[in-house]
Amino acid sequence: MWCWLLFVSVWCLFLFVSVWGLLSFVNVWCLLSFVAMPSALATTVTGMATSSALALELDLEPFAGPFDLLLALVLRDVVDLGEVPVADVCLRYLAQIEEEGELDLESASEFLVLVSALLELKIRLLLTPDEVDDMPDAQEAAEELAARLAEYARAQAAAAWLAERLGEVGLRVFRSGPPALRPPRPLLDDAGTGDPTALAAALRLVLTRTDEVSEPIHVLRRRIPLSRLLDHVRRAVRETGTCTFDDAVKGLNRTEQAAAFWAVLDLIRGGEVTAEQDAPFAPIRMRATGRQTVAIGVAA
Amino acid sequence: MSANARIVEALLFVSSEPLDERALAQAAGLSEPDIEEALTHVGQRHTQGNSGVVLERVAGGWALRAADDTAMACAHLLDQLSQRPLSRAALETLAVVAYAGPVSRPEIARIRGVAADNPVQSLLERGLIEEAGRSDRPGNPLLYRTTTRFDRVFGLEEGRHSLPLLDELGDDLPDAAQVRDRLQAMAATQGIAIHEPAAADHPA
Repeated sequence: MWCWLLFVSVWCLFLFVSVWGLLSFVNVWCLLSFVAMPSALATTVTGMATSSALALELDLEPFAGPFDLLLALVLRDVVDLGEVPVADVCLRYLAQIEEEGELDLESASEFLVLVSALLELKIRLLLTPDEVDDMPDAQEAAEELAARLAEYARAQAAAAWLAERLGEVGLRVFRSGPPALRPPRPLLDDAGTGDPTALAAALRLVLTRTDEVSEPIHVLRRRIPLSRLLDHVRRAVRETGTCTFDDAVKGLNRTEQAAAFWAVLDLIRGGEVTAEQDAPFAPIRMRATGRQTVAIGVAA
Repeated sequence: MSANARIVEALLFVSSEPLDERALAQAAGLSEPDIEEALTHVGQRHTQGNSGVVLERVAGGWALRAADDTAMACAHLLDQLSQRPLSRAALETLAVVAYAGPVSRPEIARIRGVAADNPVQSLLERGLIEEAGRSDRPGNPLLYRTTTRFDRVFGLEEGRHSLPLLDELGDDLPDAAQVRDRLQAMAATQGIAIHEPAAADHPA
């Protein structure tokens, strides 16, 4: 079911991106049509066997967006896009999801963006310049794309520095709480002294002060992986073949119990467990069906 | 420790934000030279291997944080270890906000070539970026900047001023001219003639 959903999504996105690309990214994509695309066409000598292997081993994780892909194409190795069988890449990815049994929505959405970018590139391959009637000034488009790619390369370098820095400084733990009840107002205290610069500084402070936003960062957020509770409930039911919800969640805290209920619904959906309840608030009796499925869980 | 040093130590202990010399002087009713002297004493008392918390220069001020050998236990207490590491998209977004901030989501998306909604949300939740007013551009999008927390997590002594200059980040960073040359070279090797006539029609 997920597979089909993903597959359909790819095609919807493909259609959407084609239109969107023509409208808003016309400069970038037009340039692609005469730089990246024909280069892909011209390097078809690599042959199907090599290129299929290339496509199937295509590590999709390193690409963070169309610019990333483009930068890689332009500055590193020129991937033979014309020979990348996008359908195979999709199937490969779907197989991978099935193997893992878990759908990471974030990486799946990144995959959709990437694949739609690939499809966009391939569709450009099939169009001659005549068919792209609103081709802007090529020189201008080249300048703009070059400037953008250079800017993006800098952002990437800065990101790499941040990642490295994070490793260098190690774990930094410090007090992070709500601000003091009365925030310090040093400048306001100087305002009445008759010093015009102090008055100006105080005015600036008042005029630029933004309302206190309550920050949730000091509130602990505990992540409870649904997979753990799925296993927990599964074990409880399998041990005896039947068990009540209350028994299954004994010893868990309230949040975990709520997540466990979700896990039960997921198991019912997967056909692993049946459950019945005689009346509202009556004990929920669960029974193992003996069926086992690979559940696709989402982290709670 | 002197009375002044004890006061400064207490101020740093109760504060959840780094305090600069001026704020310390104001709260303690001392002169800034006195504060500097007191800070030296506090620093000597709280050193790695000697104290559970250490004095650090960060975000243009002074603060106490867990020493290296105690940080792990503190992170357990605060449940910081279950956090997923920053994704690549989040790091790139963070870099854009740190260098170009205050900056809006559309601007981040323009630089990265892909929508920035998810990474921005994740960085907001982690307290690494915060809202910083609205842009004058059409639609008045929200602007974002990095937080003091960002400075502390990344150990930036003077906040954003401690970030390396972009030009120092790598010798192999391409500039626009290089990228353009590569694009043209690629087009030329593929026998693409589109570029040349276009350039001829519109002389620069």
